[in-house]
Amino acid sequence: MALLTDLSYLTPELMLAVGAMALLILGVFLGDKSARLISTASIALLIATLLVVAAMSGWPEREIFAGSFRIDAFSTFVKLMILAAAALAILMSDKYLAGEQLGRFEYPVLIVLAAVGMLLMASANDLIALYMGVETQSLALYILAAFNRDSRRSTEAGLKYFVLGALSSCLLLYGASLVYGFTGATQFDAIASVSAEASKNVGFIIGLVFLISGLAFKVSAAPFHMWTPDVYEGAPTPVTAFFAAAPKLAAMALFARAMVTPFGGVADQWTPILAILAVASMAVGAFSAIVQTNIKRLMAYSSIGHMGFALIGLSAGTPEGVWSTLVYMAIYIVMMVGAFACILLMRRRGGMTETIDELAGLSKTNPGLSLILTVLLFSLAGVPPMAGFFGKLYVFQAAIDAGMIWLALAGAVLSVVSAYYYLRIIRIMWMSDPAPVFEREQGSRLGLTASISALLVLPVLPMFMGPLRIAAERAAAALF
Amino acid sequence: MNEIAAQGLSDQPWLSLLTFLPLVGALAIALRQITAKREANGAVGANEQASIDSVSRRIAMLFTLGAFILSVFITVAYYDPAEAGYQLVESAPWLGQGVGYKMGVDGISILFVLLTTFIMPICIAASGAIEKRVPEYMAAFLIMETLILGVFCALDLLVFYLFFEGSLIPMFLIIGVWGSKGTKMLGGVTMPSRVYAAVKFFLFTLLGSILMLVAILWMWSFAGTTDIPTLQQTAFPAEAQKWLWIAFFASFAVKMPMWPVHTWLPDAHVQAPTAGSVILAAILLKMGGYGFLRFSLPMFPIASVDFAPFVYALSIVAIIYTSLVALAQEDMKKLIAYSSVAHMGFVTMGIFTATTQGVEGALFQMLSHGFISGALFLCVGVLYDRIHTREIAAYGGLVHRMPFYAFLFLFFTMGNVGLPGVSGFVGEFLTMAGAFKVNSWIAFFAAFGVILSAAYALRLFRQVMYGDLVKPNLMAIADVDAREATMLSALLIFALVLGVYPKPALDIFAPAVDAMLRNFDAAVSVAGGR
Repeated sequence: MALLTDLSYLTPELMLAVGAMALLILGVFLGDKSARLISTASIALLIATLLVVAAMSGWPEREIFAGSFRIDAFSTFVKLMILAAAALAILMSDKYLAGEQLGRFEYPVLIVLAAVGMLLMASANDLIALYMGVETQSLALYILAAFNRDSRRSTEAGLKYFVLGALSSCLLLYGASLVYGFTGATQFDAIASVSAEASKNVGFIIGLVFLISGLAFKVSAAPFHMWTPDVYEGAPTPVTAFFAAAPKLAAMALFARAMVTPFGGVADQWTPILAILAVASMAVGAFSAIVQTNIKRLMAYSSIGHMGFALIGLSAGTPEGVWSTLVYMAIYIVMMVGAFACILLMRRRGGMTETIDELAGLSKTNPGLSLILTVLLFSLAGVPPMAGFFGKLYVFQAAIDAGMIWLALAGAVLSVVSAYYYLRIIRIMWMSDPAPVFEREQGSRLGLTASISALLVLPVLPMFMGPLRIAAERAAAALF
Repeated sequence: MNEIAAQGLSDQPWLSLLTFLPLVGALAIALRQITAKREANGAVGANEQASIDSVSRRIAMLFTLGAFILSVFITVAYYDPAEAGYQLVESAPWLGQGVGYKMGVDGISILFVLLTTFIMPICIAASGAIEKRVPEYMAAFLIMETLILGVFCALDLLVFYLFFEGSLIPMFLIIGVWGSKGTKMLGGVTMPSRVYAAVKFFLFTLLGSILMLVAILWMWSFAGTTDIPTLQQTAFPAEAQKWLWIAFFASFAVKMPMWPVHTWLPDAHVQAPTAGSVILAAILLKMGGYGFLRFSLPMFPIASVDFAPFVYALSIVAIIYTSLVALAQEDMKKLIAYSSVAHMGFVTMGIFTATTQGVEGALFQMLSHGFISGALFLCVGVLYDRIHTREIAAYGGLVHRMPFYAFLFLFFTMGNVGLPGVSGFVGEFLTMAGAFKVNSWIAFFAAFGVILSAAYALRLFRQVMYGDLVKPNLMAIADVDAREATMLSALLIFALVLGVYPKPALDIFAPAVDAMLRNFDAAVSVAGGR
């Protein structure tokens, strides 16, 4: 009976895994012609799963499989966003992949499989479960990065991602084994009960540091960010759009749980490390992006910077810090999805254009798109009254409440530096002579995605920031 | 029965209505643009574009005039000038945790609201020369008006910050897209100088105000609320006040702008289109002074006393140094921009004397500077529209061809100098009277500014207006037309009336200023200062 109850809590993951397998078989039988059908079915599967997760949100929280996974408000909050972001990623890819002769049925299935891994990450409550989730997700992501297998850039990105990802898995495993060695447990609550005692031993601390390094690699926080620009640039653009959103959120959620639950008692050991990671990421993101000419590379640095801001909340080590990180990530995903939808619309003479200069004078040639992108970029820069501002507001607030005013100040100053390169794009769009017009027939899906995220960023999210905050607060409370 | 109806009417969210009215206009323009595009199947011809342009001009005029009428109506019908506290207060839940949407006005802010709604239609009228992307331009101005009105009406610190920062975006676009031509070399790259000015403007002010954001967050966690009236009654620890004061100062000093962080202003003014300069000088700069009065003085009284000598020093440097710089300018707009910095020096000096005369004088100076500097930029715009240069040396002897223009220009020049009878005098006199009470040396040095302002303003007038009309391109120049004459005369009337009879404005300031200074003195005497 207990097994059945445990399994029922795992319905979303099972649905996705079984569904992905079924779609894979279907694809093999129907061949590449079925790419369109499979991707529609995958979106339907992800949305169905999303509804199941939403329906399960009322269930009492529970640890399943001997405490390996924990289904609670936190995991529900994160899973909802992951599933939505994954569905949007498939939705946004269709046209591009067909245009680049990449319309293969494996693509949506791989995204669904990555989503399975991410859902596991969201509720992992054990070092082994953590590793399992991370690897399930990463394997799918490596293939996706190299999905354009005839392109040297894409295969290079995939290989780079794989090699460096393997390295980070090593760090993660090494850290996990050290922690296990000094606490005798892999289950988070069990570690928590002995962590205060074990922290007297330096080996435990080393294990913790390795664990943090491995996780920092997954969220691409500096100084573990080196892979990000290359992978973002090399991977096909819709894949980059996917990388920038859902996996970042899953990794950040895992980071939060893996710090707060097992090591909550020894927070003073890891909060300074996270604070340093945060400042380093914000600085790298802000300064390196200034000189970029490729928009995907620029977005890579931008996302590194944003991870830095999100880590500010986590490094406060308080419930407030965790929910501020969640709010930040929710807003971040909306902005990233919207920005990449705009980038995917940058298409000219049958090929994608990726340099920022191609946006010149966009406000004249395509006022609608430029307005949307302007709103999103101001939001990414954190200028009020856009939603991006509120994300920064809450993480700074968490840092100040935790007594780390210096961290909030550093974040504030670095956000001005990062505003410079967002302004550069806006400047090029509004204040330069027009470049040739982009192709129009990109399908309304991308345009719609972009406009909806812009609408969310400007009037909707700022107006309903209160409810979003309350939901995130409830989610964060589940960890403490 | 009637009383109940009247009661219900005065409870309406008038201020929100006023604030967001221009935004509705911006949306209307956008909607018009979209439907026109759709009707023309994406390809809008020159004729259709011209009709869209003129419609959007009319919509913008309609909504800014509407806002002006509404603001006058609200002031006359529902504002009680005798009351000291906040009026027309409205609030709604928003973020929770002590942050709500709250609006209200008092004697300090109501006249700035009126100034804004008054200047805005003039800005729209002054934009006749704008020919490219007219609908976007008009929408940017309307959005700007909403954000500025929000700044003056907000009674919640976070709401205030939202509007305060948000106003950067439309101004950035106005300077960068519709600014003047010309290029600038920077680090080996040639870029249009309007773009350089726009970016400089944005980053300077963003850096200043982001420090204020950190301070706001600290206050939020200390007091548990961002409600401005509550925070004005909160006693922050003396040590914390120092840091909070510095953070707020960083923001408002850049906005004001005070020496030595004023360098963005001449660039922004020179590059902005005429209406952009008017709005910048007449209203945006006032947000800094308003911030000092609304936050620095009432919330951090102890720090304000401690730092007052520092502010005096900066103000006097601003008054004397930037006046001297103005004396050396070759560009008319730059000259007026530097004179603005000097005049704002009187304002900061007056505010931090924390005396009734000083504060009321500062408020009055801001109001009067709104009319006079706005008018001066319009005057320069009149010439620029005709000859397309702002260089002083390109003009001379205009009085022979443009007598009425010369009269208007002389009047506003005199206002800028601070001649008695024009509103500029009252503000300068009162701030110096306030400064005299605190320390006669401050007033002594500030008085140099009055002399120097006469020197640079009269030099400008002499070189542009007098002398022989020798330059061939000036021979056929036309005097001001009806539109220009109307705009400038409206400003002239206000500057003259307030100069001769300043009492109505001072009466509106008085209750709020007195109440604020009472609280200020009480807080300072508790702390053992003064």
